[in-house]
Amino acid sequence: MADKHPKSGMLLDIRNLRIEATVYPPGEPPKNIVLVHDVSLTLEKGKVLGLIGESGAGKSTIGLSSMGYGRGGVRITGGEVILNGRDILKGGKEGFRKLRGREVCYVAQSAAAAFNPAHRLMDQVVEAALLHGTATRAEAERRAVALFKKLSLPNPESIGERFPHQVSGGQLQRVMTAMALCSEPDLIVFDEPTTALDVTTQIDVLAAIKDAIRDTHVAALYITHDLAVVAQVSDEIMVLRHGRLVEWGGTRQIIKEPRQEYTNALVSVHQIEHEEQKPGTTPFLAVKSITAAYGRSHIKVLKNVSVDIYPGQTLAVVGESGSGKSTLARAITGLLPPEQGTVTFDGRPLANRLAERPKEDLRQLQMIYQMADVAMNPRQTVGTIIGRPLEFYFGMRGRERDKRVAELLDKIEMGKGFVDRYPAELSGGQKQRVCIARSLAAKPKLIICDEVTSALDPLVAHGILELLLGLQKEENVAYLFITHDLATVKSIADSIAVMYRGEVVRYGAKSKVLTPPFDAYTDLLLSSVPEMEIGWLEKAIKGRRMASAGN
Amino acid sequence: MLDIKRIPIPALVGIVLTALFVLAAILAPWIAPHGNGEIVGDVWEPMSAQHWLGTDNLGRDLLSRMMYGARITLFIAVLATALSFSLGAILGFSAAVFGGWFDTLLSRLVDLLMSIPTLIMGLVVLSVLPSNLVTLILVMGILDSTRVYRLSRAVAVDINVMDYVEAAKLRGEGEGWIIFREILPNALSPLVSELGLRFIYAVLFLSTLSFLGLGVQPPDADWGGMVKENKDGIVFGIAAALIPAAAIASLAISVNLVADWVLNRTTSLKGGRG
Repeated sequence: MADKHPKSGMLLDIRNLRIEATVYPPGEPPKNIVLVHDVSLTLEKGKVLGLIGESGAGKSTIGLSSMGYGRGGVRITGGEVILNGRDILKGGKEGFRKLRGREVCYVAQSAAAAFNPAHRLMDQVVEAALLHGTATRAEAERRAVALFKKLSLPNPESIGERFPHQVSGGQLQRVMTAMALCSEPDLIVFDEPTTALDVTTQIDVLAAIKDAIRDTHVAALYITHDLAVVAQVSDEIMVLRHGRLVEWGGTRQIIKEPRQEYTNALVSVHQIEHEEQKPGTTPFLAVKSITAAYGRSHIKVLKNVSVDIYPGQTLAVVGESGSGKSTLARAITGLLPPEQGTVTFDGRPLANRLAERPKEDLRQLQMIYQMADVAMNPRQTVGTIIGRPLEFYFGMRGRERDKRVAELLDKIEMGKGFVDRYPAELSGGQKQRVCIARSLAAKPKLIICDEVTSALDPLVAHGILELLLGLQKEENVAYLFITHDLATVKSIADSIAVMYRGEVVRYGAKSKVLTPPFDAYTDLLLSSVPEMEIGWLEKAIKGRRMASAGN
Repeated sequence: MLDIKRIPIPALVGIVLTALFVLAAILAPWIAPHGNGEIVGDVWEPMSAQHWLGTDNLGRDLLSRMMYGARITLFIAVLATALSFSLGAILGFSAAVFGGWFDTLLSRLVDLLMSIPTLIMGLVVLSVLPSNLVTLILVMGILDSTRVYRLSRAVAVDINVMDYVEAAKLRGEGEGWIIFREILPNALSPLVSELGLRFIYAVLFLSTLSFLGLGVQPPDADWGGMVKENKDGIVFGIAAALIPAAAIASLAISVNLVADWVLNRTTSLKGGRG
């Protein structure tokens, strides 16, 4: 393509784009809502524009409009999308068919869900090129293999023979990038391509995408909510909120000298001041050399894990997916009885199995889940959800219970008006707050937080973390904080356990764990956390000592 | 909260028809023009001002027979459905929650029952047992509960792995709370739609049994039995058999219209507030 078109000049010009959808609230007449309010953008050939914002900001909707596509019921009602000098919205269905997969390609967030599990990778990668007749099968496959090589996939010659489930998540995401590049488009829309990946894998995929973009001179729209990630790959950044443009500028300007207050909030979101507490003399919960496995398999998910938790303090457990963090939580709660080892609570051993634990022990250990919307019964009101532990553990009834529920709602910074609401009527952050209130209602000594902020937007997650820290001071509750996000760990932990393939590889006070010299894995983990700094990616890749488990 | 104007027309039709049937059934002894077994005229008289629906094969007033028939039909069908649902749903939910040998045992037992065609099973059991209302209801209820068991177990197995059920288990809740407060409200939608369907199957099954002579015994008759009594008339161009048949059909449709509407309302996760 680079030969047919000049290497510079305008590629995409979106003018006053307006996107609407019709919502059908039951019992009311259908009404129109505007998702994108007259947004304009331009993109030159070979450049990368990052679209960033929280969920609902309209980033994906704008990204998809560049290929004339509106997701389920979304309509493009105004403006022009000029690609390669013509308005694609006027081309009709035929026009879209010629455009999609040839001039514009799309890389989805969840590669695992975007690939057809019944076809081999190669067939799916070359499909677009073959359909458009831009290459013969042999040419397309040669090109695909070259792309696999460029994206540093293992066994580039034969990986195309595999089915989607036979490669890891990070590899699949790179295959998807190869798929987008294979038909040599002018523009690729990357929709959160690394959000679902571990930090250690994300860095590989990010580097691969960046190299591929540079070498093929393709232009890209890079959609993400993570400013640090977008800072590595984009030339320009566009900040969006509620379907409106907030700020648009060069990458350096946006991250170094944001002009808008909202951008500033996004840039500085990760910093929470937290004074590390010295561990007390006696831990109230001690996990001693626990080994656990699922089913009757001989593969141990936890190998000889020991950690201590002190009253009113936070132990953060970090590691990539599959490292056994959540399994550790399940072993402590009794959902997965360990094969060996014990959990000691207040100086006495806890029963291994959940069914054998007395109510009082259950009350002391509460849990908050990653997905707040499935952690609450959708058929119960907020009042029932928070009130149930009060009835169950303390036998509170009637007015006494309602009063306590109101107090708890107050503690999580939500008003009394929420008592009658159902979970479906709450936002993501509010749902997580209700879950926090539910666990607090039991007055526990320990709350296990399993990736509680991972599914939330950065600003909302920030609020949740501050709330958790505040509540810790008030209630003197300890947290076992499971996460893969090191920025979160830095801001809330007192001690840290780093897990890798079922083992604790590094454990101690926060300051000790985060001070060199590091072991290889901790080093990899720490160096993989994207920093809001241009050129960080290259530096990080150069400095790495081991490859991540995902590869 | 319930505004008649907001009820969609199909549901309204369903409600009116169902209400009509139910009222006729309940009030039969008071509003029926004649007694159930009373012979009031000639055989198979046509419709007239005196006998609105004509008379049947023995000269009994068909309208009165239809009302008494509705009484028996609805009574048996409602009780059989209630039995099949309570039995099937509770056992199905328990199987999902307890799992293990309890689940295996129940599920294989249900498979065994289902492997025998319902009608043949019903015929065999009913010809052995004394033929009265209680046996009829029990047989229909138990045979139908296998279907409900299958559905409830499948739905509950999905719900049982949700985080909120895990949260309840971690809290230390008993199985009763988990089954009735966590699982049941979330399994209601598929169960309600099944309820409408199962009720109609009960009516049809009862009609089939009566038609074969194993259901309600004369001189009482449900609608299926009335089709049987009057079926010979069809040869002579007499429509008496079609009237109970039409009643079965319209009851089937109207109950399902209502069930559909209830289903639509209960699927809202926002307490019907929009």
